[in-house]
Amino acid sequence: MKLTGAQILMEMLKEEGVKTIFGFPGGAVIDIYDELAKTDIHHVLVRHEQGAVHAADGYARASGGVGVVLVTSGPGATNTVTGIASAYMDSIPIVIFTGQVPTQLIGNDAFQEVDIVGITRPCTKHNYLVKDTNDLARIVKEAFYIAQSGRPGPVLVDIPKNVAATRIDYKPPKKIQLRSYNPTYKPNMRQLSKAVSLIKDAKKPVIFAGGGVVLAKASKELTEFARKIKTPLTGSLMGLGAFPGTDPLWLGMIGMHGTYRANMSTGACDLLIGIGVRFDDRVTGKTDEFASQAKIIHIDIDPTSIQKNIPVTVPIVGDCKATLELLNKLLDKEDLGDLNEKRKQWLDQIEEWKSTNPLAYVQKDIIKPQFVVEKLYELTKGKAIITTEVGQNQMWAAQYYHFDKPNHFITSGGLGVMGFGLPAAIGAQLACPKKLVVDIAGDGSIQMNIQEMATAAQCGLPVKVVILNNGYLGMVRQWQELFYEKRYSQTCMEYAPDFVKLAEAYGAVGLRATKPEEVEKVLKKGLSIPKAVIMDFVVEKEECVYPMVPAGAPITKMLLV
Amino acid sequence: MTEEKHVLSILVENQPGVLSRISGLFGGRGYNIDSLCVAETTEPNVSRVTIVTTGSKQIIEQIIKQLHKLINVIKVIELTGTEFVQREMALIKVKAKPEHRAEILRMVDIFRCKIIDVGLEHYIIEITGDEDKLSAILSLLKPLGIKEIAKTGFIALSREPKVV
Repeated sequence: MKLTGAQILMEMLKEEGVKTIFGFPGGAVIDIYDELAKTDIHHVLVRHEQGAVHAADGYARASGGVGVVLVTSGPGATNTVTGIASAYMDSIPIVIFTGQVPTQLIGNDAFQEVDIVGITRPCTKHNYLVKDTNDLARIVKEAFYIAQSGRPGPVLVDIPKNVAATRIDYKPPKKIQLRSYNPTYKPNMRQLSKAVSLIKDAKKPVIFAGGGVVLAKASKELTEFARKIKTPLTGSLMGLGAFPGTDPLWLGMIGMHGTYRANMSTGACDLLIGIGVRFDDRVTGKTDEFASQAKIIHIDIDPTSIQKNIPVTVPIVGDCKATLELLNKLLDKEDLGDLNEKRKQWLDQIEEWKSTNPLAYVQKDIIKPQFVVEKLYELTKGKAIITTEVGQNQMWAAQYYHFDKPNHFITSGGLGVMGFGLPAAIGAQLACPKKLVVDIAGDGSIQMNIQEMATAAQCGLPVKVVILNNGYLGMVRQWQELFYEKRYSQTCMEYAPDFVKLAEAYGAVGLRATKPEEVEKVLKKGLSIPKAVIMDFVVEKEECVYPMVPAGAPITKMLLV
Repeated sequence: MTEEKHVLSILVENQPGVLSRISGLFGGRGYNIDSLCVAETTEPNVSRVTIVTTGSKQIIEQIIKQLHKLINVIKVIELTGTEFVQREMALIKVKAKPEHRAEILRMVDIFRCKIIDVGLEHYIIEITGDEDKLSAILSLLKPLGIKEIAKTGFIALSREPKVV
C-alpha cells in the first residue's frame, strides 16, 4: 500500500485508538492537517499551543489514557515547552507531534525552524526526529508505548514537512522491541518480605501515597492495604484522591501546606511507607529532619526516585499496583495481631493532633476563599473533577475539596504552571463529557491562558471557572508578607479585566459574588448552567494559606492560623 | 560525604543525539565529567562511552540510575571497585632544543612511548598509559617546555572473563 507520511500517521493514530487531538495548524504540518480532516479524529483547535499540551494533560489524567498534541514547527513547537515540562514533572503520558522544516533545510536557520528535539531533550521522557518516512510508523508506535509504560511521561515526535509528504510502501510496524528499555513492574520478593516484617513490627506507621498510585490505577489495592494494616495515610498533592479523602484513616495532604496532623504524624512515625512518591522538597521540607524517627519503605517504578532525596531502609522498584497486590497477599498470610489494640495509642494521638489544629480560617463579612471552596465541595458533593491554577487557589483547593476518587484532582504539581487549570479543564471535560469540571483559579493565573475560553466556546464545553479574586499574585504576596516584611514587589495586580464581561465576550456566562451570603447562590446558579461559566468571587485580599512550613524548615515546624 | 573518582562504561545505541542526551544529563543535574570518550564497538549500532566522574556514593548511584533511565542507554557498568584496566593516550608537543634532544629521547625510551613527528624546534610524543604514567612524563617534560598537548580521555575495560 502506497501512503504518504501524513497518511501513515493517521493510520497509526487510529491503531492507537486516538479519538481526540489538541492542536494548532501551521505551514510545516499542513500535509498532516489535510489528512486529519479526512478522519473521524476530533481535533480541538486551541488558541495557544501551551493550552494544547495542558488540555492533553487534563485529558490524559481524567481519562487515565494518553493525550495527543499536534502543532507546527518553530513557535508552534516552542510554545509547547511549558506544557511538556509540566507533564514530565507529573509523569503524564502525552505524545506531542511537532512539524519541522523539510530535512534538506534543517540546520539552515530556515523560516520557523527550531531544534525542538534539542530543546525538549531534558523535559521529555524521550523524543525523536523522523528523518525518513520509512521510520515514521515504528517511531509513532514506540512513542505511544514509551509514553504510557513504566513511569509515564511526554514523548515528542518531530516530523519534517517532506517526511509527511513523501509517499512510500507502507507496512504496518511489527511488535516493538527496545533492547534498552524494559521497565520493572514486578517487585523483588526478598524486598517485599523485608517490608512485611517492618510492617509487622511497626507501632506508629504512616502511609504516604503519591501520584504513582493514581497513574498505576492502584487505588483499590492501596485502600485494601491501608485498611488491612490499619494505618493512617497522607498524600502528596499528586496523590489526592488515591485514597478516599473522607475516610477516617485519611490524614490530609503532607508538606509545605499539609495538614497539622499529616505533618506531625510523619515527624513522629516509626515506619513511613512511601508509595508512588518522589519525596520532593515541598513534601519533605528540611530533609535531615524528615521522618527522622522512621524506617522508610519506598515503592516506586522509577529507580531514580529512590534514594534521591531521602535515604530509604527498604527500596522496592516496581509498579504500585503489582507491588500492593503482592504485599496484600503476603500480609494475608501473616498474623498481624489485634491491630485495634496495637494501633489505639497511635490513632488516639493522631486524633488529638486533628482536633488541636484542624484546617481553619476566620469567617468575616468579606468572602473567604476557603469558604468558596468549602461551598463548592458541599454543592458538588465532592464529585466534580477539579483542575487548578497554581498558587493559593491550588492549595485551598487541595485542602478544602476532599477527593474520594482518583483522576478527579488535576493540577500542575511538579512544575507549578500558572495558566494550567483552564486548558486542563477543557481536556478533562472532553474526556468526561458527563462530569462537572471546575477550574479553581486565581485572578492572576487565569489570565495566563484565558484565551482558551474561546476553545471552550467553540467546542460547546460547559467548564466552570471559579476565580478566587484577591487582586494579588497571592502566594508570592504571602511570602512577601511573612518573610519580606510586607514589601509587595510587583504582586499587586492593579488592573484586571471585568471577568463577568470577559466571560460574556467569550460567549460564556459571567457571575460575581462580593458578599459571603451571595456565594452559595452564585455557585448554585453557575454550576447549573449548561455552558462555560466564569464565577468571579471577590475575596479577602490578604488571606494566607495555612498551615505553612517556611522553605527549608522541618515540616513539623508549621506556621498556623 | 567523600567524593571519589569513578569510571563508568556505558553501552548505548549508536544514534544521533545520544551523546547530547548523556552530556545534557550531566550538565542539567550538575554532575561532573572529568573525561569522556566514545566510539563504536564491534556491533556497529552500539557505541561504548567511557566516563570518568567524581561524586559521593549517593551521587554516583543517582548518575548510574539516571543514565539507565535514558531510553538509548543499553547498559551501565561501574568499573570502579572491580578489576579493570584503563588507558589514556596523549600527544605531547615538546620543545626540542639541540641540547635537550638526547634527554627527551632517553625519556621516550624509558616510558616506552614514541616520537611521531620531528620538527626543527619540537618533537611530538605519543604516549599511552594510566593516569600515573601520563602525569609522570608530563612533570618530567614540563621543565623543557611543553608547547601543546592533546589527550583522548580514559578508556577502560573490565578484566572479568565474561563480556559486559
